Amino acid sequence: MSAIAPAKPLPYLQVLDPKGVIVNPDLAPRLTDEALRALMYKMVFTRVWDQRAVKLTRQGRLGFYAPVAGQEASMVGSEAATAKDDFLLPSYRDVPQAVWHGWPLYQAFLYSRGHQHGGQFPEGVNVLIPQIIIGAQIVQATGVGMAFKLKGEKRVAFTYIGDGGTSQGDFYEGINFAGVYQTPTVFVVQNNQFAISVPVKLQTAAETLAKKSAAAGIPGIQVDGMDVLAVYAAMKQAVSRARSGGGPSLIETVTFRYGPHTMSGDDPTRYRSKELEEEWRQKDPLVRFRNYLSQRGLWSDKDEEAVIEEAKTTVSEALTKADEYQSMTLPGLIDRMFDTLPHDLIAQRAELTE
Amino acid sequence: MSTVVHRRLLTGNKAMAEAIAQEMERDENVFVMGEDVGAYGGIFGSAEGLHQRFGAERVRDTPISETAFIGAAIGAAAEGMRPIVELMFVDFFGVCMDQIYNHMAKIHYMSGGNVKLPMVLMTAVGGGYSDAAQHSQTLYATFAHMPGLKVVAPATPYDLKGMMVSAIRDDNPVIFMFHKTLQGLGWMDQLDYSVGHVPEEEYTVPLGKANVVREGKDVTIVGIQMTMHHAVEAANQLAVEGIEAEVIDLRSLVPLDKETILNSVRKTHRLLVVDEDYRSYGMTAEIAAIVAEEALYDLEAPILRLAVPDVPIPYSRPLEQAIVPGVKEIREAVEQLVRH
Ligand SMILES: Cc1ncc(C[n+]2csc(CCOP(=O)(O)OP(=O)(O)O)c2C)c(N)n1
Repeated sequence: MSAIAPAKPLPYLQVLDPKGVIVNPDLAPRLTDEALRALMYKMVFTRVWDQRAVKLTRQGRLGFYAPVAGQEASMVGSEAATAKDDFLLPSYRDVPQAVWHGWPLYQAFLYSRGHQHGGQFPEGVNVLIPQIIIGAQIVQATGVGMAFKLKGEKRVAFTYIGDGGTSQGDFYEGINFAGVYQTPTVFVVQNNQFAISVPVKLQTAAETLAKKSAAAGIPGIQVDGMDVLAVYAAMKQAVSRARSGGGPSLIETVTFRYGPHTMSGDDPTRYRSKELEEEWRQKDPLVRFRNYLSQRGLWSDKDEEAVIEEAKTTVSEALTKADEYQSMTLPGLIDRMFDTLPHDLIAQRAELTE
Repeated sequence: MSTVVHRRLLTGNKAMAEAIAQEMERDENVFVMGEDVGAYGGIFGSAEGLHQRFGAERVRDTPISETAFIGAAIGAAAEGMRPIVELMFVDFFGVCMDQIYNHMAKIHYMSGGNVKLPMVLMTAVGGGYSDAAQHSQTLYATFAHMPGLKVVAPATPYDLKGMMVSAIRDDNPVIFMFHKTLQGLGWMDQLDYSVGHVPEEEYTVPLGKANVVREGKDVTIVGIQMTMHHAVEAANQLAVEGIEAEVIDLRSLVPLDKETILNSVRKTHRLLVVDEDYRSYGMTAEIAAIVAEEALYDLEAPILRLAVPDVPIPYSRPLEQAIVPGVKEIREAVEQLVRH
């Protein structure tokens, strides 16, 4: 008999099973009916907006876009457990969390088109520009947490990364740093099974991504990322822990992206099967939570239709507002380079205005 | 009687992949690593078909760990393998620059030439398709600045294949930059010059040799990759006005083919250097300085250079076009030079 046995997969933290039945009552978050409905509202809204965004991108009316369908529970459930004062460092896919955290939708659209105003977060919106260099947000989130600790503020930094991103050096360095300085930071790893075309099993020999927390000496947990209540419960604990001085933690949400990696040329049929996608669609976060809520009489078809309508209108209005926003200008590019322009850039600015 | 000129047309990406495949057939020490280079064939097609043909051992999808795969390539190369690694976008160099700058570039020197690193780091450069500040840079000068690295940037399918073969066979590390819009990919703008004649048999194109792609007597235009293609187009337009521009495709930043540039300038007496990289401390300054040092008295007009001003590349198509030198700017600069 070998002393080294293959590692068993860890069980998920799951509150709702795929049919929408509570399987873990002890861990179910105690939420008011209104708060439960708000989770559903945000997930449906996000799905509708994602569908619109995919279409708009195809029509060339939006620019860069990374689809989110499938990941709504992971995104909405985790953000909902934070306070407005907490600071979000999103990746390129985490536009929904940023919007639910206060980023005006029209600005998210401008960001998609590469307009600088997209990144000009209004006062009181604690979000940094979505990160696209894999891993950079992790080290920065540790720094935001450090700042809160130094200033004695009871706020939390929270950040997101994909399964592939956990292979990046910055990821390890960032969580290790957070552990050393016990910063109030929550790291959410959204394991959507693929990094562009590369399946998670080619990223690591670790049994779970949550386990990576162990080397940093911080708590980690793996949750069913298609179960909004499980995500919310785990995040709530991690955020409270960080806020009360308990230090950082890591949550792995196990989820799936239904769509392509981004709208720039990716074709998922080149690296994954229709069956696999179907398998995940059976665990759909919206279906599951809708079943649960309707059984409790908290959600009806009428509610659903109302959100869909509202989302469509809101998206259209935001798009109009983005369309109407003044275009960037050539000299404007240089103007934004520094707080006060150095003389050599003043000269270049003059050339551009010619 | 008619002669049939057989032209075998390939896109840039297929030319590169063919070079790699032929070298993998020829030399079992050649292997490929990078993100999405497996079944996906590289997001810019540089490894198309290789995984299917050579399997997952020799064509590896790596974790998103640039330092690890570049460092691992250095290690494997030190052991006599001939790794080819792909840094998906040159813009991501930041996460792995220690391996490149302090190791890949210096181990040969620091080991007194004992440890050779016959490796290729291929990477996608350039903009022109709205990919913004962190995905559109060329960073030619950033790499060319560091002693110990050969840095090449071919612009045609023919050169992509021939220079890739040379790079793989070179016993020192080569940074092989391929321009995204010259790969000829279906989902990007289609440019005529991203497709070209590529012989099926193996051949090499030397590293460090510029190419006079158009002869002329009035002015020399030096460009590389897209700026070379723009220069040719501008030169064709200028010919209608009676101005004959000579266009040099640099092809290689390190080693730099000074002689071809100097010979041309001695003939035309006027020089324009065009770059898709940032202006300050860049390739345009390097070439202008060389010509000023070695052929100043041959010049009849001050050297002109066109490059990206010192701002990140904007996403917006019109703004990007406005700051990246194109055909119009080249034409105007040449007109200014010959009027002088
Ligand atoms: C340092 C760096 N390397 C590579 C890339 C290219 N890239 C962009 S997204 C991506 C895959 C990321 O996958 P994952 O972390 O699983 O997140 P997901 O996109 O699935 O949400 C890669 C390789 C990058 N942006 N930055």
